[in-house]
Amino acid sequence: MISDQAKKEIDFWVTKYPEGRQSSAVMQALTIVQNENGGSLTGELIQEVADHLQMPTISVQEVATFYENYNHKPVGKHIIRFCHNISCMLNGSDELISYLEEKLEVKTGEVSKDGLVSVKKVECLGACVGGPMCQIGDQYHEHLTPSKLDNILDNLK
Amino acid sequence: MNEVCFKNLDKKNPASFATYESTGGYKVWRKILNGELTPEDILAELKASGLRGRGGAGFPTGLKWSFMPRNQEGQKYVVCNSDEGEPGTCHDRDILRYNPHSVIEGMAIAGYVMNATVGYNYIRGEFMEPYYRFEEALKDAYDAGLLGKDIQGSKVSFDLYTHLGAGAYICGEETALLESLEGKKGQPRFKPPFPANVGLYGKPTTINNTETFANVPEILTRGGKWFADLGVENSGGTKCFSVTGNVKNPANFEVPMGTPFSKLLELAGGLKEGRTLKAVIPGGSSTPLLTADTAMNMTMDYDSIANAGSMLGAGSVIIMDDTTCMVKTLTRLAHFYYDESCGQCTPCREGTGWLYRVLQRILDGNGKNEDLDLLISVGEKISGNTICALGDAAATPVESFIRHFRHEFEYYIKHGRSIVESEGQLIKEEAIV
Repeated sequence: MISDQAKKEIDFWVTKYPEGRQSSAVMQALTIVQNENGGSLTGELIQEVADHLQMPTISVQEVATFYENYNHKPVGKHIIRFCHNISCMLNGSDELISYLEEKLEVKTGEVSKDGLVSVKKVECLGACVGGPMCQIGDQYHEHLTPSKLDNILDNLK
Repeated sequence: MNEVCFKNLDKKNPASFATYESTGGYKVWRKILNGELTPEDILAELKASGLRGRGGAGFPTGLKWSFMPRNQEGQKYVVCNSDEGEPGTCHDRDILRYNPHSVIEGMAIAGYVMNATVGYNYIRGEFMEPYYRFEEALKDAYDAGLLGKDIQGSKVSFDLYTHLGAGAYICGEETALLESLEGKKGQPRFKPPFPANVGLYGKPTTINNTETFANVPEILTRGGKWFADLGVENSGGTKCFSVTGNVKNPANFEVPMGTPFSKLLELAGGLKEGRTLKAVIPGGSSTPLLTADTAMNMTMDYDSIANAGSMLGAGSVIIMDDTTCMVKTLTRLAHFYYDESCGQCTPCREGTGWLYRVLQRILDGNGKNEDLDLLISVGEKISGNTICALGDAAATPVESFIRHFRHEFEYYIKHGRSIVESEGQLIKEEAIV
């Protein structure tokens, strides 16, 4: 169920677009609903977003499955999105991702046993001068090293 | 250095409204509100400035704006493309973080010139810090009475909103961006019709990149000629470059067009000790790779880079030293395009998969002698046969990597391992410092 608070947030986004163009808010609506649901979407939530924005369910489903940032399986409390594209790779992202996988005993694309983190390999996040880098929540972590990663992981609760 | 888009970078609060105003910000916009500048004046200055689209295509901005049917009745739109995602590129992020008001003012001016009263800034969904920074700036501009309807009784109206993406490289293509803004999958549209005639919600729309808009206020403050003279012929002004990869200090630099590549490399601290330059991608992963000698002889402007055999693109300079395995690097790029193809056109959807899988096969030690010809052939079949440029962008690195470093690919196929590793230059231990 989408909460009233989430509906209010979605309705704020709807005001940015012309009347009758509320479907422009669908991407943000899905993001809001996903955040509220612990980081992933369900068929039920997609249906509710469609109803709320008066869109055909299939149109919302299309958007939900096209964009990278929507998850359709449960994820960890925190998602570590690690860039593995060229600039980060040239600065050792592969080695750091392996380090992370070993330390957390988790493979990319999976959730750690305690449910605290998911690790995802992602394409360029647009912070190439700070590579190797990753995103956790809203925050970018740049110029990463094993010890910096240790610190970041220690602070995740 | 840092004369236009990054000019406030060394100030205490570079992104604040006060800083922007104290360095001449919103002067042009206030002139417009006072009725002291006509759209024709502005277009003339822009054309004189030589400003070309900074997103990659390099189309003259003044000309693009003049295509809009400004006297046509009905709603028109201005859209800013802040969906920065070309591998190796991250200077728009810094413009949004450190000079958001220049983008707001640039978009407002564009709206006035093209008689478009509504604008959207499409920011990629991962850029949350830039998004918050931009929203804060937007609020300050509204609070100062500089945006809205019939602003300060001027009869000029401009409302500006931010839109957030959700992770799709293809949305940096302007018509895919419009589809996305309408709440659909980001799949590029056929052109024509061009967005200037049929754009957002079917209305005339002009889309420019973040850096393009950020240049506009300063051009109109100091004059088109001033801007043009900063650069070289055919490449007016300055350009923000992201210098990344195997350099000591990867960073963003705004330098005059025509700056020697060697100078830019020096600004980024040069190569690490004991390393030599192997290859350079000058404009982001979609532009052809150049060898060290060619790169060292070029200057950073549209014509010189084109003469060298590549493109200025988005100004994303990726440096590779002698420890770089070209097979591994190209495979990573091929994976990127495979992952990001929107799936609409068969040659791209299927072809990018073929490119990636064949390269991965070589990387896994299972390459066949005919694989290089196969890769080239697949690339040729994608190029020119798709709605948008992503297909060509996927084929470009494949062709240029193999053309310049064919022996590395052949070695890998023959021996099942990298020529770089066998020369004992693997960076594994050093990479983690």
